[in-house]
Amino acid sequence: MTGAQIRWSILNLVVVVYALVPVLWLLSLSLKDPSTFTDGKFIPREWTFDNYKNIFDVGEFTRPLINSIGIAIIATLIAIVLGVFAAYAIARLDFPGKNVMLGASLLIAMFPQVSLVTPLFEIERRLGLFNTWAGLIFPYVTFALPLTIYILASFFKEIPWELEKAAKMDGASPFQAFRKVIVPLAAPGVVTAAILAFIQCWNDFLFAISLTSTDRARTAPAAISFFTGASQFEDPTGSIAAAAVVITIPIVLFVLFFQRRIVSGLTSGAVKG
Amino acid sequence: MAEIVLDKVTKRFRDGTEAVQEIDLTIADKEFLILVGPSGCGKSTTLNMIAGLEDISDGELRIDGDRVNERSPQDRNIAMVFQSYALYPHMTVRENMEFPLTIAKLDKATIKQKIDEAAEILELGPYLDRKPSDLSGGQRQRVAMGRAIVRKPKAFLMDEPLSNLDAKLRAQMRTSISRLQKSLGTTTVYVTHDQTEAMTLGDRIVVMRAGIVQQIGTPQDLYERPANLFVAGFIGSPTMNFLPGELVNSSIATAIGEIPISDRLRSGLSEHGPTGRDVIVGIRPEAFEDSRFVDDQTAFTFPHDIDIVESLGSAKLAYLDVDIDARAHEHFAEIAQESGAEDVFGSQQIVAQLDARSPVREGDSMEISFRPDDIQLFDPTDGTNLTEHD
Ligand SMILES: Nc1ncnc2c1ncn2[C@@H]1O[C@H](COP(=O)(O)OP(=O)(O)O)[C@@H](O)[C@H]1O
Ligand SMILES: [Mg+2]
Repeated sequence: MTGAQIRWSILNLVVVVYALVPVLWLLSLSLKDPSTFTDGKFIPREWTFDNYKNIFDVGEFTRPLINSIGIAIIATLIAIVLGVFAAYAIARLDFPGKNVMLGASLLIAMFPQVSLVTPLFEIERRLGLFNTWAGLIFPYVTFALPLTIYILASFFKEIPWELEKAAKMDGASPFQAFRKVIVPLAAPGVVTAAILAFIQCWNDFLFAISLTSTDRARTAPAAISFFTGASQFEDPTGSIAAAAVVITIPIVLFVLFFQRRIVSGLTSGAVKG
Repeated sequence: MAEIVLDKVTKRFRDGTEAVQEIDLTIADKEFLILVGPSGCGKSTTLNMIAGLEDISDGELRIDGDRVNERSPQDRNIAMVFQSYALYPHMTVRENMEFPLTIAKLDKATIKQKIDEAAEILELGPYLDRKPSDLSGGQRQRVAMGRAIVRKPKAFLMDEPLSNLDAKLRAQMRTSISRLQKSLGTTTVYVTHDQTEAMTLGDRIVVMRAGIVQQIGTPQDLYERPANLFVAGFIGSPTMNFLPGELVNSSIATAIGEIPISDRLRSGLSEHGPTGRDVIVGIRPEAFEDSRFVDDQTAFTFPHDIDIVESLGSAKLAYLDVDIDARAHEHFAEIAQESGAEDVFGSQQIVAQLDARSPVREGDSMEISFRPDDIQLFDPTDGTNLTEHD
């Protein structure tokens, strides 16, 4: 190894350790018996799955987990479908107001969400959306869209326009050209956008805590904040740690599963190359 | 199999550019027609209008007698080969070629048979399961051809299909495209900016400049009877030599001497009635010969210093410096600049193609001959050929 490689390796190691320590800490806490939380040991002396059993047995976590999964998946799907069409229009068509539209979506992405909580709360209460899945799906779609539109538009722009023309010449209708040629080529972009949108919805705490009041629509991150011990004297730390580990699992699986699909460069060989 | 008619077809882009102006053209069934011209002259736009990829601003496009202006590309049954090939990167060679057939909902057995047939013709058999990214340029080009021929369209449109290949492959593919077109007998419109390709491939050639058709004719027509300065300079390699000249009595005074006016030139001149006494004399490099190899009594001979000699093997190119510039004429300068060939187009040099046996060497002074009947005269104000009868 050259000096430069060693230096890079050390730097990498520092970054990885820095990022992983809190996660491992959480994992360690979730596997400890409540009586040993403060024993100062990073590696639990006695391993136990009681914390995990507890959160599902008591039932205060199962329903929020289902809410989380359902709401995040639906919001992601809607954002992707709308995003695909919007991004395609932005990448391919030349229409008046195109830049205004892009600017507006960027503006939404930058908007301080905190300032929206109170008005949204009022609006949703009057519309009967408060404490429902739809009441969370709406703001989630809104805030996931700018991101998906940006990612997808940049992927669509990468796809040579001639491919679409070729498909038309081969007898395909515009929709067939879109579905059989453009969508498969944009698939890595769609997956990337979907993962990011899903993570964004999954991780939300602000809207989840403000726009729900019961387990009917409360998502996992919000539910965790309501964890209490079985009695006043019981420490909920173990349950919280276990729940936190549980809600990171889908994300990790999601990314691992799609990692290979996120590789770009699928379009190589389309043209000249 | 189809006849394609362009009736005063015009393309105006939204920004006001008239890319194609009132093009009138009848492409016969089974014909191989070439659109040629410098980059930006509107060739692709014309092709795209025939394809349906661009709207027609004015005029009418008819295929087999039916107006098709409003028909979408998928309803025109025309296949196109793109300069970039535009192969679908996520599909194998087989899937690429199957695409138009699956869209047309043919049954599996027919599709397989057609693909095998096309693969056989194009020698793509061993590559059917590869992705385009694993193919060489020439192979990709053949896949693009394959995708076009499988469904037996009414016509093929090709937009500079060979320009991404190296010179040798290009020459090979040129002959195979020509053979393929003859054997399939499908009407073909082929766009190129390369005059050699145009001359070798086409039954007929359309020369365009700045959106306007300059001349339509067989390769022979364009070479022997160019309608104007532009066509004369564009067709032929090396480029035609242009010399300013002045009509005096029965000859033309030029930098290389007084060239007698032949009967053909005289009748042409009297028909056209040139505006002034100034003309531009066009002489093809091939018209020149080393006097030692000429025994024609009517030949015009002039002595000159030879500045550079290039041997092509089959012939020699001799470059002669002359001190008069045809580009002094405004119209000429414009054309030279537009065709992007200022260095060869009407430079202060004459190129003469001589017999390979000629012993000429750089720095020699020698006698060069040509037949006075082999020259063309052009009007320096608008470039029209003054010696041709319509
Ligand atoms: N979408 C467009 N909008 C405006 N002008 C265009 C457009 N496409 C092409 N042009 C112009 O039309 C002219 C002809 O273009 P094109 O047909 O592509 O030329 P060629 O294929 O002969 O090189 C060019 O001057 C080009 O700049
Ligand atoms: Mg072009």
